[in-house]
Amino acid sequence: MERSYYNPIEVAPREDLRILQLGKLRKILNKVYKKVPHYREKCKKAKIKPSNLKTLEDIRHFPFTTKEDLFVDYPFGLLAEPLEKVVRLHTSSGTTGKPKALFFSKRDIFAQAHLIARSLYMSGATFRDILQNSMTYGLFTGALVMHYGAELLGMLVIPAGPGNTERQIELMQTFGTTCIHMTPSYALYVASVIHEKGLKPGKDLKLKRAYLGAEPYTDETRQKIEEMLGVDVYNCYGLSEMGGPGVGFECPEKKGLHLWEDAFLVEIVNPQTGEPVKPGEVGELVLTSLNREAMPLIRYRTRDLTHFIPEPCSCGRTHVRIARILGRADDMFIVRGVNIFPQQIEAVLMSIKGVAQNYQILLEGYDEMTVKVEIDRDFFDGRIERLLKLKEEIAEKLRQAIQVRPKVELVEPGTLPVSEGKAKRVIDNRTL
Amino acid sequence: MEAIPVLSIFAENKPGKLEKITEVLAREGINILGFSIVSVKDFGIIKFLVDKPELAFQKFKERGFTVAKVPCLGLELEDRPGGLYEMVKLISSKGINIESALVYVAETRKRAYFVFEADNLDSAWETLKEEKVNFLKPSDFINE
Repeated sequence: MERSYYNPIEVAPREDLRILQLGKLRKILNKVYKKVPHYREKCKKAKIKPSNLKTLEDIRHFPFTTKEDLFVDYPFGLLAEPLEKVVRLHTSSGTTGKPKALFFSKRDIFAQAHLIARSLYMSGATFRDILQNSMTYGLFTGALVMHYGAELLGMLVIPAGPGNTERQIELMQTFGTTCIHMTPSYALYVASVIHEKGLKPGKDLKLKRAYLGAEPYTDETRQKIEEMLGVDVYNCYGLSEMGGPGVGFECPEKKGLHLWEDAFLVEIVNPQTGEPVKPGEVGELVLTSLNREAMPLIRYRTRDLTHFIPEPCSCGRTHVRIARILGRADDMFIVRGVNIFPQQIEAVLMSIKGVAQNYQILLEGYDEMTVKVEIDRDFFDGRIERLLKLKEEIAEKLRQAIQVRPKVELVEPGTLPVSEGKAKRVIDNRTL
Repeated sequence: MEAIPVLSIFAENKPGKLEKITEVLAREGINILGFSIVSVKDFGIIKFLVDKPELAFQKFKERGFTVAKVPCLGLELEDRPGGLYEMVKLISSKGINIESALVYVAETRKRAYFVFEADNLDSAWETLKEEKVNFLKPSDFINE
């Protein structure tokens, strides 16, 4: 099969990529050192100057940027260009507290759009495809950045936004939507409504691909969505701080996400020590934007946990791959001394027959953990024994996976809060 | 075999649940002939024998309830002391395990039926057919 790429840079030899990165990194370090007092002071404190960067590896001596740095001299403090050059403001979704202000120049907008166009093309999308964009339009980068990128590729974009699921499905049917972009938790919900309506994907709907991102999800969830909607699910990764979606994307091999190294310098560090991890070891993803004009960020600590996939990808692309995000360093919670990520729980639940799409983790009292699970309508045959067995199976499989045996509550399908954006899965009411 | 359709509804243990469920039946003019409630801590299962099972099933589904139709057997009871005991003794002597049950009183002080669910309904039917029992037939009570 002949392979085609959107941009030859995707298959550039690694040595060429590194030379390109070093050049861009030097430029961007010089720029922030000159134009952003906050960066200059941090470098001075660390007794380092941009001229100390001789090789790419030297970046580890430069200070990190954390989300707290984005609140220093808020909101304009980290701008490296005059405000006149800025054309758009986005904020982070504020999942973990106060929203951050991120600024984009015209060039920034189109640079990110090109990364999206490249990513969509990689998944097999062309100008003939119709993308229903069901992310939130507005301050959140997810929808608009994808929108611009899809238009750049020439796709027909339906700016549906999230919610109003009936209307979403109607749009899919009327206009023959072939690709959707939404959060995985919303995709699960939409899939369950399509299923309930008795619509047959492949017959009543023309969906081919789903681009899912903005929150971590498991491979089990991917499989469930792929089966229910008859689509190929592509995992997308991005964060507002790095320009939104398009930072990393899965190729059709679906074995990890390629991070576009002509636009980002990628490190994975131990979240405690800040030292680089060994190849394949899990750590925190740290990114430096190499192309950003208005607000470049150096060694930004994403809080996202992942690991490198060191083997070359059989798709031919040379850009580094990371595993799907295993969790946010911020999402982790501790029950009875055990570190737990919601994704571990999700992986178990989605692999059990009888469990529907939605779940919630409730932490109460003195460290009591309850997992509320919606049962699958088709699984219910009227027998209480079967439900009790299901409860037991869930509790036992969770115990094996996370070492804590939670209380399991079965609830009716459709009764847990539906998430149209990012799901809030963990509710911590502990009195510890 | 003439199985008796019993509706089984999954319900979380929350105030007002039974009210919502019976409201569906009341609104559709469906008569409840017998019912039972089993509940464990956080959820329960409510079973109904009704005169319009198909309609009730559709309406429950439309209203978003988690509902199933469970095939059961119905045996006529004698309305006197020891009536239920003798029936249950017969059933257990055949090695049939009752999973859930409810009672349908067809005509007060005259006829009543013990309606129950069992693991292998067909073989339960075959076994009990040999005995001198009167089975409840769907045509005895279905009115749709």
